[in-house]
Amino acid sequence: MAVTDLSLKQRRAGQNRWQLLLKLATLLGGVFGLHHARAADLPEDSAEAMFHYYNGGGVTADGPALLVRKKVADSFSLSAGYYIDAVSNASIDVVTTASPFRETRHEYNVGLDYIYRDAHITFGTTDSTEPDYVAKSNSLDIAQETYGGMTTVNLGFTRGEDEVLKHRDPSFKDFASHWQYRLGVSQVLTPHWLMSLNGEASSDNGYLSSPYRVARVFGAAVPENDPRTRSSRAIDLRLIGDLGHRDALHMEVRHFWDNWAIKANNLETGYSRYFAEDWLADVSMRYYRQSKALFYSDNAPSDTLYISRNRQLSTFKDIGIGAKVTYTLKKTAEYTVKLNGTWELTQYKFDDFTDIRTGQLYSFNSNLVQLYVSATF
Amino acid sequence: MTRNGFRLLILLCTVQLGGCAQLPQFPQFHMPEPWVKPYEREALADPIMQFSGDPLSAKHFEHVHVVREAARGATGVEGGGCGCN
Repeated sequence: MAVTDLSLKQRRAGQNRWQLLLKLATLLGGVFGLHHARAADLPEDSAEAMFHYYNGGGVTADGPALLVRKKVADSFSLSAGYYIDAVSNASIDVVTTASPFRETRHEYNVGLDYIYRDAHITFGTTDSTEPDYVAKSNSLDIAQETYGGMTTVNLGFTRGEDEVLKHRDPSFKDFASHWQYRLGVSQVLTPHWLMSLNGEASSDNGYLSSPYRVARVFGAAVPENDPRTRSSRAIDLRLIGDLGHRDALHMEVRHFWDNWAIKANNLETGYSRYFAEDWLADVSMRYYRQSKALFYSDNAPSDTLYISRNRQLSTFKDIGIGAKVTYTLKKTAEYTVKLNGTWELTQYKFDDFTDIRTGQLYSFNSNLVQLYVSATF
Repeated sequence: MTRNGFRLLILLCTVQLGGCAQLPQFPQFHMPEPWVKPYEREALADPIMQFSGDPLSAKHFEHVHVVREAARGATGVEGGGCGCN
């Protein structure tokens, strides 16, 4: 008798679960099916010209960057960008194990946006070249507006292929392949609040180390050796709220984990406010922390197959404060031109990476500056 | 077709049909109407309500972070990544 009751209860529970699933499916169908007639919008025609500067930990990277976007038909928009990184590197890795160097990275990218009903499809291709590293990638993103324009579902994929070389060693040549899969949703919550939730899975295969960096085993320098595969996941939640006095609050939290045992979190918050007629000010704060990779060691007590002293894979935290000012230089019915200046100060503190010159745990401050003109027309 | 396969097929069909009509077997279920109308979204259209800043600026920040931190992805910024060693 008891067995029959149990079986009846299990059957009823199964039926309830099935009905719940069907209701959820109906809800999903309703969300995706509502208001088909609404068409998505192409991005505005725009242009940006920027000078960017980064200085910290003995590294200086600066250069110009350009981006132009133009509609070419009712449903198509083309974009093209050029980005230069002129790097002068005297980082702690370099000054303790090699010689400072200078090199320049050139990056070109082209994008095509296409609107079909309420779907926004973007294809992009990027080509980045520096003397010892060539990276090419292609991406496809689809954003589907639905639920009366309140919800946007995003799907994306990027495939990258890199060629890794080494200065003064023509015999060294390797590759790295990358796959990135994105899924996200943006949601209008109220007339004054927006939310987005994004997830991304990444996989890498190939040479993921640096041919120049060395690790330490019993105090002796040995070439670093990272695993040739890596797989990671990240989830990011953002909220933006209009506070009602020509000002807004931004919040972001991200959680990251990978199969090298690294776990990381970052939290960012910002506040934007218009003042006077043509000025906009933003202030922001960002906190980031991560745990080390399984094979990372400041000075390994045993010789292992995989070994790294890459401080990017160590245990550390950084905290940054930033400010941005935007001035609207000209605004007409046809076009708008804005001048922008951004500055961010970040402090990095490492928990298990020693400055071998002093024997102390390593830390440094960095400054980031952006000066740019942006226009929509 | 297995029992679970059949259920999966019914679920997929329900997702498709859900947007077209209310299902007669669920008369009590009504899809909520979008509660923020287009004419109520003026504040949301302001540039300060963008998830990412200007594209070049966001790309530069993303590049600086990806080069120095192990975490990556899910930021919604186009053209992130390193492309360097």
